[in-house]
Amino acid sequence: MLEIRDLTHAEDGVTHLDHVSARLAPGTLTTILGRTGAGKTSLLRTIAGLLVPDSGEVSLDGKSWSRLPPWKRPTAMVTQQFINYPHLSTLDNVAFPLVRKGARRAAARESARAMLDRVGLSAMVGRRPSELSGGQQQRVAIARALVKQAPVLLLDEPFVNLDYKLREDLREELVDMLRNESGLIVLYASTEPREALSLGDRILLMAEGRLLDDGEPQQVFGAPATIEAARVISDPPINILPLTVGEHVAAGPFGAQDAGDLTRDLAPGEYRLGLRAADLRPGGRHVARVVLSEVSGSETVTHLDLAGFPLVMHEKSVVTHPPGAEIAVDANLARGFIYGADGTLLRREAPHGQD
Amino acid sequence: MARIELDHLAHSYAPDAPDPAWALRPIDMVWEDGGTYALLGPSGCGKSTMLNIISGLLRPSQGRVLFDGRDVTALDTGRRNIAQVFQVPVIYTSMTVAQNLAFPLVCRKVAPAIIRRRVGDIAERLGLAPHLQRRAVGLTADQKQLVSLGRGLVREDVSAILLDEPLTVIDPQMKFELRKILKQINEEFGITMVLVTHDQNEAMTFARTVVVMNHGEVVQAGTPQDLFEHPATTHVGYFIGSPAMNFVEARLEGGMVRAPALGLARAAPEGLAGGDLTLGFRPEHLAPDGPGQRIGGRVTRIWFEGLEEVAEIARNDATFRARVPSGMFRIGDDATFALPDDRLLVYREGRLCLAGARPAG
Repeated sequence: MLEIRDLTHAEDGVTHLDHVSARLAPGTLTTILGRTGAGKTSLLRTIAGLLVPDSGEVSLDGKSWSRLPPWKRPTAMVTQQFINYPHLSTLDNVAFPLVRKGARRAAARESARAMLDRVGLSAMVGRRPSELSGGQQQRVAIARALVKQAPVLLLDEPFVNLDYKLREDLREELVDMLRNESGLIVLYASTEPREALSLGDRILLMAEGRLLDDGEPQQVFGAPATIEAARVISDPPINILPLTVGEHVAAGPFGAQDAGDLTRDLAPGEYRLGLRAADLRPGGRHVARVVLSEVSGSETVTHLDLAGFPLVMHEKSVVTHPPGAEIAVDANLARGFIYGADGTLLRREAPHGQD
Repeated sequence: MARIELDHLAHSYAPDAPDPAWALRPIDMVWEDGGTYALLGPSGCGKSTMLNIISGLLRPSQGRVLFDGRDVTALDTGRRNIAQVFQVPVIYTSMTVAQNLAFPLVCRKVAPAIIRRRVGDIAERLGLAPHLQRRAVGLTADQKQLVSLGRGLVREDVSAILLDEPLTVIDPQMKFELRKILKQINEEFGITMVLVTHDQNEAMTFARTVVVMNHGEVVQAGTPQDLFEHPATTHVGYFIGSPAMNFVEARLEGGMVRAPALGLARAAPEGLAGGDLTLGFRPEHLAPDGPGQRIGGRVTRIWFEGLEEVAEIARNDATFRARVPSGMFRIGDDATFALPDDRLLVYREGRLCLAGARPAG
């Protein structure tokens, strides 16, 4: 068990880690999702020992790492930048960590060869990094990280500098590469909700150095704990509307609406409603103005202005909504999330797709 | 404003070699005034070469570039009235945002009053007004890209904006804001925009016409919907869409193209000779029920993506993927789908030979 306890780190008045705690079990791949500057890299670097926290502690199986320098920590890290030794062959790049730990060259090369085979590079063992494509270079970096057999693997947006399609392919391959590594604790930083949700057994949401939520992807997506968490995990963006519960239920520009069970027995007062873009639909009596509509081949995401409220609608079909056009829009409030004045989740409809 | 014409354009970085390796194979293409275009393809496909020829950074080995019918092939970048935004923001970090925006006008000795008005207008439009007096060094990556863009737009004679992977360094959430601003500018001023990207989503959401390139060649140019529904080659089917299009080996048998592994069949298009045949279908076009052929198998993998999941389904020695509502299947379940006939496409030697109900041209 890797335990991160109450880590804080600030530099030049900017907080990179703000009391972050988490326990990470062996055999799980945890994705850390957050925007640039959310603290993802700081967290990984603190675990690797490359960053000394102002307070807090990292420990593995109860043993504190506080006094361990980076080179003594049982971690392996792959970063966004392609980092390989330019003067070494692919084989020796992967063998290097073993040789440095004192392994015999022949034995190290044998392990390296087996690892390169696993990442699909057996044909490239003799090449130098400069003779490899970006995707191949990152495979080498992953092979070098895996060959160390460190119990903790840290991946900091490893594929972000690769072509989009290659990134998609490698993401899938990564899961296959890790399949044989039983008991490995993997942390993978990402800025893309879809990547973080599909790759992780578990997901940590971060913003401004704080941990917003922590759980299985289905749970974190199905019931975002705070408005901030809902914003980080939603792509397209989630709609956040003021919700007034009184004699009637009124949701922002939609006015009095029936929200079914969602608002039943809710104390009168002011709340906020989170409504996914997929829970807006064309039709009804509210007329909104199209700000921008984007078609992505099979679906359409339309940004609307309804009585001064910005809204996002996600349709599962290709529709042309010219900018400035007026279209009728309706909201399925019953599928919303209700947040309190402090932004924490109070109530939600049964998890999507799981009821 | 400009209509951009590529007339027999081609480029090789070693044109005098006996067998020149074409970075860009000969191409004829017209980009309409006020349109939005994306050049989409992997690294090394020729998209940046094409963009650099249009901007004048690179002189083509053959052919001409015309802006509104005027041959600009020999003109250097400065005289083509285009604005460019690159992958890495190019700004003067020691200057304020206002000074950065004013720079092109100052160089052209425009009157200070006009500069102030133009800079104010552009800053307003790009949401940079609150930051005008800040030094550029402290800006976020997306703000820096906006400053780069603003410096291009501040001139009143800009006829086209060329964008070379400008969103790569930007967070997904901020990317949307930038795309929105770009499209608003396109709508409002009718400026032709050409975006170079390797990101299919970026290309599809930004452009009305997406030009897919591979190995220095334009493979297909069309609307995002065209590319999605009728990919001209198996490469486009793989490259566009996430997950990629499903492909399965097929053979010609009694007037039908059959893929026995998945039990799919489609009437052969007229005149179809044998050869290397493949059937292709989109994971998005598999419905739990409805008209069409049945296709099924055992669920072997699931990728959770939020409201939807991608399920991998194995049957015989073949697998295919389906996009389904989350929670619909568990691993090990038997799954059956309906695939409408017109969603099953026939490829011969990797090229589309039947699209929907109509033969492809």
